[in-house]
Amino acid sequence: MMDVSLGHYLVVSAVLLVLGVFGIFLNRKNIIVILMAIELILLSVNLNLVAFSAALNDLAGQVLAMLVLTVAAAEAAIGLAIVVIYFRNRGSIQVEDVNLMKG
Amino acid sequence: MNWTLALPEIVLACFGMGVLLFGVLRKQDSTMLATMFTIFGFLVTGLLVATGLPGTGFHGQFVADPFSTFNKLLILIGASFAALMSLDWNEKQGIGRFEFPVVMLFAVVGMMIMVSASNLMTLYVGLELQSLSLYVLAAFARDDIRSSEAGLKYFVLSGLASGLLLYGVSMVYGFSGTMDFVVLRDQLANPANISAGLIVGVVFVLVGLAFKVSAVPFHMWTPDVYQGAPTPVTAFFAMAPKVAAMALLLRVMATPFGHLLPAWQSLIVIVSIGSMALGALAAIGQTNIKRLMAYSSIGHMGFALIGLAAGSEDGVRGVLVYMAVYVFMTAGTFACIMSMRRNGKAVEEIKDLAGLASNDAGLAMALAVFMFSLAGIPLMAGFFAKLYVFLAAVKAGLWTLAVIGVLASVVGSFYYIRIIKVMYFDPAGEKFDRRPAALSFVAAATGLITAFFFLFPTPVVDAAQLAARAVFP
Repeated sequence: MMDVSLGHYLVVSAVLLVLGVFGIFLNRKNIIVILMAIELILLSVNLNLVAFSAALNDLAGQVLAMLVLTVAAAEAAIGLAIVVIYFRNRGSIQVEDVNLMKG
Repeated sequence: MNWTLALPEIVLACFGMGVLLFGVLRKQDSTMLATMFTIFGFLVTGLLVATGLPGTGFHGQFVADPFSTFNKLLILIGASFAALMSLDWNEKQGIGRFEFPVVMLFAVVGMMIMVSASNLMTLYVGLELQSLSLYVLAAFARDDIRSSEAGLKYFVLSGLASGLLLYGVSMVYGFSGTMDFVVLRDQLANPANISAGLIVGVVFVLVGLAFKVSAVPFHMWTPDVYQGAPTPVTAFFAMAPKVAAMALLLRVMATPFGHLLPAWQSLIVIVSIGSMALGALAAIGQTNIKRLMAYSSIGHMGFALIGLAAGSEDGVRGVLVYMAVYVFMTAGTFACIMSMRRNGKAVEEIKDLAGLASNDAGLAMALAVFMFSLAGIPLMAGFFAKLYVFLAAVKAGLWTLAVIGVLASVVGSFYYIRIIKVMYFDPAGEKFDRRPAALSFVAAATGLITAFFFLFPTPVVDAAQLAARAVFP
């Protein structure tokens, strides 16, 4: 039986972060996927914070994790609202259609 | 615990909630009154900031010092100009809603918390309060497809930047065991405490903040958001959040990570050179004046970052003077841009300015002053701003950076002077509509300050000096 150490948590969180970043840049389909990718980034940070907090025996990391959760909820609400008004104007939420301004 | 240190923020937040209640409960349209209350709130807060005592409160989470005072006053001035200019514009564009000044006010509260942050946690909370309000503002013209696209782009890219910054925060916290700026600084004074993980964290934090000040290579959102957002929002974006993000960048790099100067200096140099070059070259081909101002702001952030790259008290002083001058120049330029309205419709192409000098000599004169100042022509305010950062760079031995800065400024003056040529030497087009008094007031006030800054630079430079000393404990 292998012990789960701080390093394992950090690796998982780094993988989640990379997935989130790629989800934003490589995704050519749907804006909702981008919202999910942003959430994924914030969750990877939370995992990091909680793991560090436990390893350091210090509460500050967990407090920040709570704040991040709250902010992530607010951010999702605003993000979805913006997607809704965008859809009303444009009639599509495909990433490749977000191209009105260029240069 | 000394909560009175945060009195300006508390008062402003209460104002925000008061105005919100007022707007909701009143049956008639209350945009005008809500905006006036908001500007009054900014004034009161400005007085509280200016008269507040320095100190550290909330268990080291929050600090009030000359640095925060300087930046908070700048933010409040920028926001007041933007609120004043938004009144008439929003009404004519059919987006005159009382929520506009309220959201702006909450963004300002966030910015004030950002510049007063003395802990990575406060930094994050302030930054997010600001960002969440700015997403809403960018998409405020909700029936306009460009505005909603601008809001969407800003939301996605800014969300990503916040995420990266936060990841950096978590790494710094994990590898140092603290989030407090002063404790971090003391710890990092000992090279044995500097680990690779910590440096990774610092780089992530730097990336997140570089995005917020729209420095190359994290600038891609700026032109689209500037062009798409309603013009008062663009004006606001160009002033207050830039000051707040730059102040945050200065404080984070100078106070907690000051001892890591060798690690981040080269990064700042690269970012600064990239921003100056892009700002100078990419703006040349632009035909939309808001888009041009976006590239111009990228370039200006590059110049300001020269001061940070110097990594000295003089450098930080230079950046602060630069930001102060930049706020006034930008406010004036946007007042002129908002005056461009024909037959009730806003126009924003550079060719619409043709022959403005014969149609409206006053407006042409004001815009010429701002363009000369943005270009950095001697005796205008913009020249002194550049002078102080270049001096600091030379003193720190960064000759190459200073020379590249001067070259970029020469190339950049091409497109500023082209606007003056269009206004003064091209055949005149149709006249613009009569402009509201608020725009004339902002353009005249900032124009006078920009043109005659050379008569009274001392108070600003002294205040910046005092502020710069505060971030190098």
